[in-house]
Amino acid sequence: MELLKQIFVEPFEVMYALPDLLLQTLWEGFVSGTLYSLIALGFVLIFKASGVFNFAQGIMVVFAALTLVGIHAFGVPAFLAVILTLGVMALLAFTVVRVVMKPLVNQPDIILFMSTIGITFILIAGGQLIFGGEPKAMITEELGLPTGASDWEVGGGIVIFQHIDIAAAVIAALLIAGLALFFNKTKTGRALRAVADDHQAALSVGISLEYIWVVVWFAAGVVALTAGILWAAKSDVSFALQVVALKALPVLVLGGFTSIPGAIVGGLIIGFGEKLFDLYWGVPILGGGTESWFAFIIALLFLLYRPEGLFGEKLIERI
Amino acid sequence: MSVAENLKPETAETILSVNNIEVIYNHVILVLKGVSLTVPKGGIVALLGANGAGKTTTLRAVSNLLRGERGEVTKGNIIFNGDEIQDLTPNELVQRGCIQVMEGRHCFGHLSIEENLMTGAYTRKDGAAAVKDHLDLVYQYFPRLKERRKSQAGYTSGGEQQMCAIGRALMSKPSMILLDEPSMGLAPQLVEEIFEIVRDLNQKENVSFLLAEQNTNIALKYATYGYILESGRVVMDGDAKELRENEDVKEFYLGTGGEGRKSFKDVKHYRRRKRWLA
Repeated sequence: MELLKQIFVEPFEVMYALPDLLLQTLWEGFVSGTLYSLIALGFVLIFKASGVFNFAQGIMVVFAALTLVGIHAFGVPAFLAVILTLGVMALLAFTVVRVVMKPLVNQPDIILFMSTIGITFILIAGGQLIFGGEPKAMITEELGLPTGASDWEVGGGIVIFQHIDIAAAVIAALLIAGLALFFNKTKTGRALRAVADDHQAALSVGISLEYIWVVVWFAAGVVALTAGILWAAKSDVSFALQVVALKALPVLVLGGFTSIPGAIVGGLIIGFGEKLFDLYWGVPILGGGTESWFAFIIALLFLLYRPEGLFGEKLIERI
Repeated sequence: MSVAENLKPETAETILSVNNIEVIYNHVILVLKGVSLTVPKGGIVALLGANGAGKTTTLRAVSNLLRGERGEVTKGNIIFNGDEIQDLTPNELVQRGCIQVMEGRHCFGHLSIEENLMTGAYTRKDGAAAVKDHLDLVYQYFPRLKERRKSQAGYTSGGEQQMCAIGRALMSKPSMILLDEPSMGLAPQLVEEIFEIVRDLNQKENVSFLLAEQNTNIALKYATYGYILESGRVVMDGDAKELRENEDVKEFYLGTGGEGRKSFKDVKHYRRRKRWLA
């Protein structure tokens, strides 16, 4: 009885009593949700176009952020460093396609998946070799990202909005809108969706798979860089960040592996869900620490009852 | 083969010639054992034969889609418009004007019909206006596609998908289309409709066709010349008309040989042998 009350009554009493706390939690959930979405988006891009589950997406986030900070440390201005980092990501995309994807094309999925684990380790080792393993501070101010915070008074308390969080949400939204435009309005975007649908047919109409793969790996690199900058601005640039990327897995299960809107909505659900659950149910009932596993439980439930995710493309089948 | 050699069309210029190619899948499975054929400019040539005879493999060898299936041409050469093409990528080949319409249509299910058609123009570099004009032309040949241009291709009927696949190939402005099994899974009336369009395209747009078909009857009706494949070899070739009247073809492919119905066990022994040994 006590437990039922703890589950169904008390959390809502607390929400009602302290609206500022609720709003604060929602906001934090929203911000981490957008970042999960960004990371998941990187997975979706590559998975859609090449059917490869790119395990290295998480480390790409770290690698991109690390490269940016590393290049800046050589005294390159921040703006130029971003451009150079984009160049590095393009080079990475090209190399991965040439060295890994092309020779392994038509191999079973699991082999390609294993190869992306290989890429993960190469990036970890390469990153440490070139830039060192110790955590570094993100060059937030140099990039012109806002710092500081605004307060907002609600119902007797205050909600704090970190400016960097606001910027993160806006930038993520812009990036996603840009990608959506690219997919739907450009020739390359159309070719990309064609490849995602049927790569044999795409080949037959003269679409070069290699080129399309480079484009998506680069797009995933851009997404990774953005996610890396925004995430590291809140903490540090370190290899521990890739653990955050693992949170993208439940997001993918939730949203569907092939759906861009799914990645966004899934990210937000996980973001909101884990913050709310931890504060209102996790801490009082389980003693806290639920944030690290909450998403995976949700993913498990989805796998059991709706394996294609919220927005996953069901096979179009005519009977 | 030697008998057939002098039956080859010599009247017209050839656009495609396949010379004695051998294709091996997975490094071990020999599928084509020396296939040769030619397609004259502006002709419709039919490639006939049963399941597994090697029709699709021959087309894929020409269009260079074999590599995706882990196959490769190990002997012989393929000449399109005077150039050897077996080392070109499909992308380069499409740019040169040779495109394949794959068996089973393979439309992009989640793209609209119009987007499907537009992907066909992927390799073109002659500007958006020319592509737009060409799209209108394709809609003239396939008015049904125009009606359904906004529908997702995956939800259109089999006939519409086949039209979409042919229309998509047309968008690349090809001089030659490799058409694989256009009749597959379609109602007889639709098959007729599609073959009519093929003939139209052949005559008005001057597109040459190499078409693989199991439906021997209709293929020989529209084609000018035919090759019959059996287990990876050309066993017979000739003018479509001659083939239609050939006793063996009637017997084995058209099912009209001899008088009236008969069961397989009444088929003359030597003919059965001929088939198995071919």
